[in-house]
Amino acid sequence: MFIQINNLSKIYKKFLAVNKINFQIEKNKTVGLLGPNGCGKTTTIGMMLGLVSPTEGEILIENKDINKFKRDEILKRFNFASPYVELPKKLTVRQNLEIYGRLYGIKELGNRINEISSDLDIKNFFERKTGELSSGQKNRVSLAKSLINKPEILLLDEPTASLDPDIGDFIRSYIEEYKSKNKITILLASHNMSEVERLCDSIIMMRKGKIIDNGTCQDLIKKHGRNNLEETFLKLARSKNEF
Amino acid sequence: MNFSKIYALGLRHLYLIMNSFPRLLDLIYWPTVQIFLWGFISKFFTLSSEYYSNTVGVILTAAILYDFLFRASISFNMMFLEEIWSRNFTNLFIAPIKIKEIIAALTLTAILRTLIGLVPAVLIAIPLFGVSVLKLGIPLIFLLISLYLFGVTLGLLVTSGLLRYGPSFENIAWASLFFLAPLGCIYYPIEILPVSLQIIAKSLPLVHIFEEMRSILINNAVSYTNIFKSISISIVYFVFGIIIFYISYFGAKKRGTLMNMGE
Repeated sequence: MFIQINNLSKIYKKFLAVNKINFQIEKNKTVGLLGPNGCGKTTTIGMMLGLVSPTEGEILIENKDINKFKRDEILKRFNFASPYVELPKKLTVRQNLEIYGRLYGIKELGNRINEISSDLDIKNFFERKTGELSSGQKNRVSLAKSLINKPEILLLDEPTASLDPDIGDFIRSYIEEYKSKNKITILLASHNMSEVERLCDSIIMMRKGKIIDNGTCQDLIKKHGRNNLEETFLKLARSKNEF
Repeated sequence: MNFSKIYALGLRHLYLIMNSFPRLLDLIYWPTVQIFLWGFISKFFTLSSEYYSNTVGVILTAAILYDFLFRASISFNMMFLEEIWSRNFTNLFIAPIKIKEIIAALTLTAILRTLIGLVPAVLIAIPLFGVSVLKLGIPLIFLLISLYLFGVTLGLLVTSGLLRYGPSFENIAWASLFFLAPLGCIYYPIEILPVSLQIIAKSLPLVHIFEEMRSILINNAVSYTNIFKSISISIVYFVFGIIIFYISYFGAKKRGTLMNMGE
Protein backbone atom coordinates (compact mmCIF):
# COMPACT_ATOMS: atom_id res chain seq x y z
CA MET A 1 0.00 0.00 0.00
CA PHE A 2 1.31 3.45 -0.90
CA ILE A 3 -0.07 5.43 2.03
CA GLN A 4 -1.06 3.81 5.29
CA ILE A 5 -2.56 5.64 8.24
CA ASN A 6 -2.46 3.55 11.40
CA ASN A 7 -4.27 4.40 14.62
CA LEU A 8 -3.78 8.12 14.03
CA SER A 9 -5.03 10.43 16.81
CA LYS A 10 -4.73 14.07 17.66
CA ILE A 11 -5.74 15.60 20.96
CA TYR A 12 -5.61 19.39 21.35
CA LYS A 13 -5.51 19.96 25.11
CA LYS A 14 -8.66 18.04 26.03
CA PHE A 15 -10.32 18.10 22.60
CA LEU A 16 -10.10 14.88 20.62
CA ALA A 17 -9.83 16.11 17.01
CA VAL A 18 -8.88 12.81 15.37
CA ASN A 19 -9.65 9.52 17.06
CA LYS A 20 -7.58 6.47 16.09
CA ILE A 21 -8.29 6.53 12.39
CA ASN A 22 -7.01 3.90 9.98
CA PHE A 23 -7.08 4.07 6.21
CA GLN A 24 -5.01 3.20 3.20
CA ILE A 25 -4.55 4.78 -0.19
CA GLU A 26 -3.31 2.87 -3.21
CA LYS A 27 -0.78 4.47 -5.50
CA ASN A 28 -2.26 6.71 -8.21
CA LYS A 29 -5.74 6.64 -6.73
CA THR A 30 -7.87 9.57 -5.65
CA VAL A 31 -9.54 9.30 -2.29
CA GLY A 32 -12.16 11.71 -1.01
CA LEU A 33 -12.12 12.73 2.64
CA LEU A 34 -15.63 13.76 3.59
CA GLY A 35 -17.34 14.87 6.71
CA PRO A 36 -19.07 17.80 8.37
CA ASN A 37 -17.10 20.86 9.47
CA GLY A 38 -14.89 20.15 12.47
CA CYS A 39 -14.84 16.40 11.89
CA GLY A 40 -11.02 16.24 11.72
CA LYS A 41 -10.33 16.38 7.96
CA THR A 42 -8.01 19.38 8.11
CA THR A 43 -6.17 18.04 11.15
CA THR A 44 -5.65 14.75 9.31
CA ILE A 45 -4.27 16.61 6.30
CA GLY A 46 -2.11 18.72 8.64
CA MET A 47 -0.63 15.58 10.18
CA MET A 48 0.10 14.13 6.73
CA LEU A 49 1.87 17.36 5.75
CA GLY A 50 3.93 17.41 8.94
CA LEU A 51 2.31 20.61 10.16
CA VAL A 52 0.64 18.93 13.10
CA SER A 53 2.33 16.25 15.19
CA PRO A 54 0.09 13.27 15.95
CA THR A 55 -0.64 12.42 19.56
CA GLU A 56 -0.66 8.77 18.61
CA GLY A 57 -0.32 6.55 15.55
CA GLU A 58 1.74 6.60 12.41
CA ILE A 59 1.67 7.68 8.79
CA LEU A 60 3.52 5.34 6.44
CA ILE A 61 4.57 6.12 2.90
CA GLU A 62 5.64 2.93 1.12
CA ASN A 63 5.83 1.25 4.54
CA LYS A 64 8.18 3.87 5.99
CA ASP A 65 7.09 6.20 8.79
CA ILE A 66 7.14 9.78 7.50
CA ASN A 67 8.96 10.81 10.68
CA LYS A 68 11.87 8.59 9.62
CA PHE A 69 12.31 10.60 6.41
CA LYS A 70 14.28 13.83 6.43
CA ARG A 71 11.86 16.76 6.39
CA ASP A 72 12.93 18.05 2.97
CA GLU A 73 13.09 14.55 1.45
CA ILE A 74 9.50 13.68 2.26
CA LEU A 75 8.01 17.11 1.60
CA LYS A 76 9.37 17.29 -1.94
CA ARG A 77 7.12 14.32 -2.77
CA PHE A 78 4.04 16.16 -1.45
CA ASN A 79 2.15 19.30 -2.27
CA PHE A 80 -1.00 20.96 -1.08
CA ALA A 81 -3.59 23.46 -2.26
CA SER A 82 -6.42 25.10 -0.41
CA PRO A 83 -8.35 28.32 -0.99
CA TYR A 84 -7.76 29.07 2.70
CA VAL A 85 -4.01 29.19 2.21
CA GLU A 86 -2.75 31.94 -0.06
CA LEU A 87 0.42 32.84 -1.87
CA PRO A 88 2.17 36.14 -1.08
CA LYS A 89 -0.28 38.76 -2.31
CA LYS A 90 2.26 41.44 -3.20
CA LEU A 91 4.23 39.16 -5.50
CA THR A 92 3.26 38.60 -9.12
CA VAL A 93 2.06 35.20 -10.27
CA ARG A 94 5.36 34.62 -12.07
CA GLN A 95 7.40 35.58 -8.99
CA ASN A 96 5.39 33.27 -6.75
CA LEU A 97 5.80 30.31 -9.08
CA GLU A 98 9.51 31.09 -9.40
CA ILE A 99 9.99 31.21 -5.61
CA TYR A 100 8.10 27.97 -5.01
CA GLY A 101 9.80 26.29 -7.98
CA ARG A 102 13.15 27.16 -6.43
CA LEU A 103 12.05 26.02 -2.96
CA TYR A 104 11.04 22.66 -4.45
CA GLY A 105 14.35 22.49 -6.32
CA ILE A 106 12.78 22.20 -9.77
CA LYS A 107 15.23 21.75 -12.62
CA GLU A 108 14.52 23.70 -15.82
CA LEU A 109 12.16 25.83 -13.82
CA GLY A 110 11.37 28.22 -16.69
CA ASN A 111 10.05 25.36 -18.82
CA ARG A 112 8.02 23.94 -15.94
CA ILE A 113 6.44 27.31 -15.17
CA ASN A 114 5.63 27.76 -18.86
CA GLU A 115 4.08 24.32 -19.07
CA ILE A 116 1.93 24.58 -15.97
CA SER A 117 0.80 28.12 -16.73
CA SER A 118 -0.29 27.19 -20.25
CA ASP A 119 -2.16 24.17 -18.91
CA LEU A 120 -3.97 26.20 -16.26
CA ASP A 121 -4.46 29.22 -18.51
CA ILE A 122 -2.83 31.69 -16.15
CA LYS A 123 -0.38 33.30 -18.54
CA ASN A 124 -2.58 36.29 -19.29
CA PHE A 125 -2.26 37.50 -15.69
CA PHE A 126 1.28 36.32 -15.16
CA GLU A 127 2.68 39.73 -14.27
CA ARG A 128 -0.21 40.78 -12.02
CA LYS A 129 0.10 40.71 -8.26
CA THR A 130 -1.53 37.61 -6.80
CA GLY A 131 -3.57 39.67 -4.33
CA GLU A 132 -5.26 41.52 -7.20
CA LEU A 133 -6.66 38.36 -8.80
CA SER A 134 -10.21 37.04 -8.63
CA SER A 135 -10.99 33.93 -6.54
CA GLY A 136 -11.02 31.75 -9.65
CA GLN A 137 -7.68 33.09 -10.84
CA LYS A 138 -6.15 32.69 -7.36
CA ASN A 139 -7.36 29.08 -7.21
CA ARG A 140 -5.74 28.30 -10.54
CA VAL A 141 -2.46 29.89 -9.40
CA SER A 142 -2.64 27.96 -6.14
CA LEU A 143 -3.19 24.74 -8.10
CA ALA A 144 -0.24 25.62 -10.35
CA LYS A 145 1.94 26.05 -7.25
CA SER A 146 0.73 22.73 -5.88
CA LEU A 147 1.70 20.93 -9.08
CA ILE A 148 4.96 22.76 -9.77
CA ASN A 149 7.02 19.88 -8.32
CA LYS A 150 4.92 17.16 -10.05
CA PRO A 151 4.07 15.75 -6.60
CA GLU A 152 3.55 12.04 -6.05
CA ILE A 153 1.01 12.91 -3.37
CA LEU A 154 -1.32 15.88 -3.68
CA LEU A 155 -3.54 16.99 -0.82
CA LEU A 156 -6.43 19.20 -1.83
CA ASP A 157 -8.61 20.95 0.71
CA GLU A 158 -11.85 22.14 -0.92
CA PRO A 159 -10.10 23.14 -4.17
CA THR A 160 -13.25 24.57 -5.73
CA ALA A 161 -14.81 26.25 -2.68
CA SER A 162 -16.37 29.63 -3.50
CA LEU A 163 -15.82 29.27 -7.25
CA ASP A 164 -18.49 29.86 -9.87
CA PRO A 165 -19.68 26.68 -11.67
CA ASP A 166 -17.67 27.44 -14.79
CA ILE A 167 -14.31 27.86 -13.02
CA GLY A 168 -15.16 24.99 -10.66
CA ASP A 169 -15.71 22.75 -13.67
CA PHE A 170 -12.47 23.97 -15.25
CA ILE A 171 -10.52 22.98 -12.09
CA ARG A 172 -12.21 19.57 -11.88
CA SER A 173 -11.60 18.88 -15.57
CA TYR A 174 -7.98 19.91 -15.17
CA ILE A 175 -7.47 17.59 -12.19
CA GLU A 176 -9.04 14.74 -14.18
CA GLU A 177 -6.82 15.45 -17.16
CA TYR A 178 -3.72 15.81 -14.99
CA LYS A 179 -4.48 12.47 -13.32
CA SER A 180 -4.81 10.74 -16.66
CA LYS A 181 -1.42 12.00 -17.82
CA ASN A 182 0.59 11.78 -14.59
CA LYS A 183 1.19 9.35 -11.78
CA ILE A 184 -0.32 11.03 -8.77
CA THR A 185 -2.08 10.01 -5.59
CA ILE A 186 -4.67 12.51 -4.40
CA LEU A 187 -6.44 12.99 -1.09
CA LEU A 188 -9.32 15.36 -1.67
CA ALA A 189 -11.25 16.98 1.17
CA SER A 190 -14.43 18.48 -0.18
CA HIS A 191 -18.02 19.38 0.61
CA ASN A 192 -18.99 19.25 -3.04
CA MET A 193 -20.50 15.80 -3.52
CA SER A 194 -20.68 15.92 -7.31
CA GLU A 195 -17.00 16.83 -7.35
CA VAL A 196 -16.20 13.87 -5.12
CA GLU A 197 -18.28 11.51 -7.29
CA ARG A 198 -16.54 12.77 -10.38
CA LEU A 199 -12.94 12.70 -9.15
CA CYS A 200 -12.63 10.06 -6.44
CA ASP A 201 -12.03 6.34 -6.75
CA SER A 202 -13.17 5.86 -3.19
CA ILE A 203 -14.21 7.91 -0.19
CA ILE A 204 -13.65 8.04 3.54
CA MET A 205 -16.42 9.48 5.71
CA MET A 206 -15.43 11.12 8.98
CA ARG A 207 -17.51 12.38 11.87
CA LYS A 208 -16.32 13.70 15.23
CA GLY A 209 -12.75 12.63 14.57
CA LYS A 210 -13.62 9.08 13.58
CA ILE A 211 -13.97 7.25 10.29
CA ILE A 212 -17.56 6.11 10.17
CA ASP A 213 -17.57 4.47 6.75
CA ASN A 214 -15.56 4.09 3.57
CA GLY A 215 -15.82 2.57 0.10
CA THR A 216 -16.54 3.59 -3.46
CA CYS A 217 -19.25 6.19 -4.05
CA GLN A 218 -21.56 3.67 -5.68
CA ASP A 219 -21.05 1.12 -2.91
CA LEU A 220 -21.85 3.65 -0.20
CA ILE A 221 -24.92 5.00 -1.99
CA LYS A 222 -26.18 1.43 -2.43
CA LYS A 223 -25.27 0.35 1.10
CA HIS A 224 -27.20 3.21 2.67
CA GLY A 225 -30.14 2.97 0.26
CA ARG A 226 -29.86 6.54 -1.02
CA ASN A 227 -30.12 8.04 -4.50
CA ASN A 228 -26.88 9.98 -4.58
CA LEU A 229 -23.80 10.84 -2.56
CA GLU A 230 -25.30 14.02 -1.13
CA GLU A 231 -28.14 12.09 0.47
CA THR A 232 -25.68 9.46 1.68
CA PHE A 233 -23.50 12.17 3.19
CA LEU A 234 -26.47 13.67 5.03
CA LYS A 235 -27.50 10.30 6.38
CA LEU A 236 -24.01 9.50 7.62
CA ALA A 237 -23.34 12.97 9.00
CA ARG A 238 -26.59 13.02 10.96
CA SER A 239 -26.54 9.43 12.12
CA LYS A 240 -25.21 8.47 15.54
CA ASN A 241 -24.02 5.06 14.39
CA GLU A 242 -20.87 3.75 12.81
CA PHE A 243 -21.17 1.63 9.68
CA MET B 1 22.20 23.64 3.96
CA ASN B 2 20.81 24.16 0.47
CA PHE B 3 21.82 27.65 -0.59
CA SER B 4 19.51 27.78 -3.59
CA LYS B 5 16.54 27.37 -1.21
CA ILE B 6 17.95 30.03 1.10
CA TYR B 7 18.33 32.24 -1.97
CA ALA B 8 14.72 31.50 -3.00
CA LEU B 9 13.38 32.68 0.35
CA GLY B 10 15.58 35.75 0.20
CA LEU B 11 14.35 36.44 -3.31
CA ARG B 12 10.76 36.34 -2.05
CA HIS B 13 11.53 39.26 0.27
CA LEU B 14 13.61 41.10 -2.31
CA TYR B 15 10.69 40.92 -4.78
CA LEU B 16 8.42 42.24 -2.06
CA ILE B 17 10.59 45.33 -1.64
CA MET B 18 11.13 45.82 -5.37
CA ASN B 19 7.42 45.53 -6.13
CA SER B 20 6.45 48.35 -3.81
CA PHE B 21 7.96 51.84 -3.81
CA PRO B 22 6.16 52.82 -0.54
CA ARG B 23 7.71 49.76 1.12
CA LEU B 24 11.16 50.81 -0.07
CA LEU B 25 10.53 54.36 1.06
CA ASP B 26 9.40 53.10 4.46
CA LEU B 27 12.67 51.21 4.86
CA ILE B 28 14.70 54.36 4.20
CA TYR B 29 12.42 56.92 5.85
CA TRP B 30 12.67 55.92 9.54
CA PRO B 31 16.46 55.58 9.80
CA THR B 32 16.83 58.91 8.01
CA VAL B 33 14.45 60.64 10.42
CA GLN B 34 16.39 59.09 13.32
CA ILE B 35 19.67 60.42 11.93
CA PHE B 36 18.23 63.92 11.54
CA LEU B 37 16.80 63.91 15.07
CA TRP B 38 19.91 62.57 16.76
CA GLY B 39 22.11 64.65 14.51
CA PHE B 40 20.61 67.86 15.87
CA ILE B 41 20.58 66.58 19.46
CA SER B 42 24.19 65.52 19.03
CA LYS B 43 25.12 68.93 17.65
CA PHE B 44 23.49 70.62 20.64
CA PHE B 45 25.28 68.36 23.15
CA THR B 46 28.68 68.80 21.58
CA LEU B 47 28.25 72.56 21.92
CA SER B 48 26.75 72.50 25.43
CA SER B 49 28.17 69.47 27.26
CA GLU B 50 31.61 69.16 28.79
CA TYR B 51 31.54 65.37 28.54
CA TYR B 52 30.97 65.49 24.82
CA SER B 53 33.08 68.53 24.02
CA ASN B 54 35.53 67.93 21.18
CA THR B 55 33.92 64.57 20.51
CA VAL B 56 31.55 65.50 17.74
CA GLY B 57 29.37 62.63 16.69
CA VAL B 58 29.49 60.29 19.71
CA ILE B 59 25.74 60.44 20.17
CA LEU B 60 25.04 60.30 16.47
CA THR B 61 27.34 57.30 16.03
CA ALA B 62 25.56 55.62 18.95
CA ALA B 63 22.22 56.39 17.30
CA ILE B 64 23.41 54.90 14.01
CA LEU B 65 24.69 51.72 15.68
CA TYR B 66 21.52 51.38 17.74
CA ASP B 67 19.43 51.84 14.60
CA PHE B 68 21.48 49.11 12.94
CA LEU B 69 20.53 46.77 15.79
CA PHE B 70 16.92 47.92 15.66
CA ARG B 71 16.65 47.46 11.86
CA ALA B 72 18.27 44.02 11.99
CA SER B 73 15.79 42.80 14.56
CA ILE B 74 12.74 44.43 13.01
CA SER B 75 13.71 43.17 9.54
CA PHE B 76 13.85 39.62 10.85
CA ASN B 77 10.47 40.02 12.55
CA MET B 78 8.88 41.75 9.58
CA MET B 79 9.84 39.03 7.14
CA PHE B 80 8.27 36.43 9.39
CA LEU B 81 5.18 38.57 9.93
CA GLU B 82 4.84 39.02 6.16
CA GLU B 83 4.29 35.27 5.85
CA ILE B 84 1.56 35.44 8.49
CA TRP B 85 -0.13 38.52 7.03
CA SER B 86 -0.12 37.05 3.52
CA ARG B 87 -1.51 33.73 4.84
CA ASN B 88 1.43 32.01 3.21
CA PHE B 89 2.54 30.29 6.39
CA THR B 90 1.26 26.82 5.50
CA ASN B 91 2.80 26.95 2.02
CA LEU B 92 6.15 27.91 3.49
CA PHE B 93 6.17 25.23 6.16
CA ILE B 94 5.14 22.42 3.78
CA ALA B 95 7.86 23.34 1.30
CA PRO B 96 10.87 21.02 1.39
CA ILE B 97 13.04 23.48 3.24
CA LYS B 98 14.76 22.72 6.53
CA ILE B 99 14.03 24.88 9.58
CA LYS B 100 17.71 25.85 9.74
CA GLU B 101 17.45 27.02 6.11
CA ILE B 102 14.46 29.20 7.04
CA ILE B 103 16.49 30.70 9.91
CA ALA B 104 19.50 31.20 7.62
CA ALA B 105 17.36 32.84 4.92
CA LEU B 106 15.75 35.24 7.39
CA THR B 107 19.12 36.04 8.97
CA LEU B 108 20.85 36.71 5.66
CA THR B 109 17.96 38.65 4.14
CA ALA B 110 17.56 40.81 7.24
CA ILE B 111 21.02 42.31 6.56
CA LEU B 112 19.84 43.40 3.12
CA ARG B 113 16.76 45.17 4.51
CA THR B 114 18.87 46.72 7.25
CA LEU B 115 21.43 48.10 4.83
CA ILE B 116 18.79 49.43 2.41
CA GLY B 117 17.45 51.50 5.28
CA LEU B 118 20.64 52.52 6.97
CA VAL B 119 23.18 53.19 4.22
CA PRO B 120 21.39 56.30 2.86
CA ALA B 121 20.99 57.63 6.42
CA VAL B 122 24.67 57.04 7.20
CA LEU B 123 25.70 58.77 3.98
CA ILE B 124 23.47 61.76 4.77
CA ALA B 125 25.12 62.14 8.19
CA ILE B 126 28.56 62.76 6.63
CA PRO B 127 27.90 66.05 4.80
CA LEU B 128 25.10 67.20 7.07
CA PHE B 129 26.65 66.70 10.50
CA GLY B 130 30.25 65.88 9.64
CA VAL B 131 29.89 62.50 11.31
CA SER B 132 30.95 59.19 9.82
CA VAL B 133 30.71 55.85 11.58
CA LEU B 134 33.72 54.83 9.52
CA LYS B 135 35.82 56.84 12.00
CA LEU B 136 35.55 53.81 14.27
CA GLY B 137 37.92 52.06 11.87
CA ILE B 138 38.39 48.27 11.73
CA PRO B 139 36.62 47.68 15.09
CA LEU B 140 33.41 48.90 13.43
CA ILE B 141 33.19 45.62 11.50
CA PHE B 142 33.30 43.59 14.72
CA LEU B 143 30.88 45.90 16.52
CA LEU B 144 28.43 45.54 13.62
CA ILE B 145 28.78 41.75 13.64
CA SER B 146 28.04 41.69 17.35
CA LEU B 147 25.07 44.05 16.98
CA TYR B 148 23.73 42.08 14.04
CA LEU B 149 23.92 38.75 15.86
CA PHE B 150 22.12 40.23 18.84
CA GLY B 151 19.51 41.93 16.63
CA VAL B 152 18.80 38.65 14.86
CA THR B 153 18.63 36.90 18.22
CA LEU B 154 15.91 39.31 19.34
CA GLY B 155 14.19 38.60 16.01
CA LEU B 156 14.42 34.86 16.67
CA LEU B 157 12.93 35.26 20.15
CA VAL B 158 10.04 37.37 18.86
CA THR B 159 9.31 34.97 15.97
CA SER B 160 9.41 32.13 18.49
CA GLY B 161 6.73 34.03 20.40
CA LEU B 162 4.73 34.41 17.18
CA LEU B 163 4.94 30.65 16.63
CA ARG B 164 3.94 30.01 20.23
CA TYR B 165 1.19 32.61 20.70
CA GLY B 166 0.20 33.45 17.12
CA PRO B 167 -0.17 36.90 15.52
CA SER B 168 -1.34 38.41 18.84
CA PHE B 169 2.32 38.38 19.84
CA GLU B 170 2.93 40.99 17.12
CA ASN B 171 2.89 43.95 19.50
CA ILE B 172 5.74 42.42 21.48
CA ALA B 173 7.75 42.45 18.25
CA TRP B 174 7.66 46.23 18.24
CA ALA B 175 8.22 46.60 21.97
CA SER B 176 11.08 44.14 22.40
CA LEU B 177 13.93 46.49 21.53
CA PHE B 178 12.66 49.42 23.53
CA PHE B 179 12.57 47.13 26.55
CA LEU B 180 16.31 46.42 26.33
CA ALA B 181 17.42 49.89 25.24
CA PRO B 182 17.74 51.39 28.75
CA LEU B 183 20.00 48.51 29.81
CA GLY B 184 22.06 48.77 26.64
CA CYS B 185 23.76 52.02 27.80
CA ILE B 186 23.54 53.31 24.25
CA TYR B 187 23.84 57.02 24.98
CA TYR B 188 25.34 57.01 28.49
CA PRO B 189 28.08 55.18 30.40
CA ILE B 190 27.18 52.11 32.44
CA GLU B 191 27.97 53.94 35.69
CA ILE B 192 24.71 55.86 35.28
CA LEU B 193 22.73 52.67 36.01
CA PRO B 194 22.07 51.48 39.58
CA VAL B 195 24.55 48.78 40.60
CA SER B 196 21.96 46.00 40.45
CA LEU B 197 21.05 46.92 36.87
CA GLN B 198 24.71 47.18 35.94
CA ILE B 199 25.06 43.45 36.63
CA ILE B 200 22.19 42.66 34.28
CA ALA B 201 23.45 45.16 31.69
CA LYS B 202 26.88 43.52 31.62
CA SER B 203 25.29 40.24 30.65
CA LEU B 204 24.07 41.89 27.42
CA PRO B 205 26.44 42.52 24.52
CA LEU B 206 25.07 46.05 24.03
CA VAL B 207 26.90 47.58 26.99
CA HIS B 208 30.24 46.25 25.78
CA ILE B 209 29.56 47.44 22.23
CA PHE B 210 28.55 50.97 23.16
CA GLU B 211 31.20 51.35 25.88
CA GLU B 212 33.79 50.33 23.31
CA MET B 213 32.39 52.74 20.75
CA ARG B 214 32.72 55.61 23.27
CA SER B 215 36.20 54.49 24.24
CA ILE B 216 37.31 54.60 20.60
CA LEU B 217 35.73 57.97 19.84
CA ILE B 218 36.48 59.76 23.11
CA ASN B 219 39.78 58.20 24.28
CA ASN B 220 41.03 56.89 20.95
CA ALA B 221 41.63 53.53 22.65
CA VAL B 222 40.60 50.18 21.21
CA SER B 223 40.16 47.10 23.38
CA TYR B 224 39.77 43.99 21.25
CA THR B 225 39.17 42.02 24.45
CA ASN B 226 35.96 43.98 24.99
CA ILE B 227 34.97 43.65 21.34
CA PHE B 228 35.41 39.89 21.35
CA LYS B 229 33.62 39.68 24.70
CA SER B 230 30.63 41.37 23.07
CA ILE B 231 30.78 39.02 20.07
CA SER B 232 31.04 35.98 22.35
CA ILE B 233 28.03 37.08 24.38
CA SER B 234 26.09 37.72 21.15
CA ILE B 235 26.95 34.24 19.86
CA VAL B 236 25.75 32.66 23.11
CA TYR B 237 22.43 34.57 22.81
CA PHE B 238 22.17 33.67 19.11
CA VAL B 239 22.51 29.94 19.84
CA PHE B 240 19.97 30.35 22.66
CA GLY B 241 17.61 32.11 20.18
CA ILE B 242 17.93 29.24 17.70
CA ILE B 243 17.16 26.67 20.42
CA ILE B 244 14.07 28.64 21.50
CA PHE B 245 12.93 28.89 17.87
CA TYR B 246 13.15 25.10 17.45
CA ILE B 247 11.30 24.53 20.73
CA SER B 248 8.55 26.92 19.58
CA TYR B 249 8.36 25.24 16.17
CA PHE B 250 7.87 21.79 17.68
CA GLY B 251 5.42 23.28 20.20
CA ALA B 252 3.46 24.85 17.33
CA LYS B 253 3.30 21.48 15.57
CA LYS B 254 1.96 19.96 18.76
CA ARG B 255 -0.69 22.67 19.16
CA GLY B 256 -1.51 22.72 15.45
CA THR B 257 -0.99 26.48 15.14
CA LEU B 258 1.10 26.17 11.95
CA MET B 259 -2.04 25.01 10.16
CA ASN B 260 -4.13 28.10 10.70
CA MET B 261 -1.59 30.86 11.34
CA GLY B 262 -2.86 34.11 9.85
CA GLU B 263 -6.46 33.01 9.54
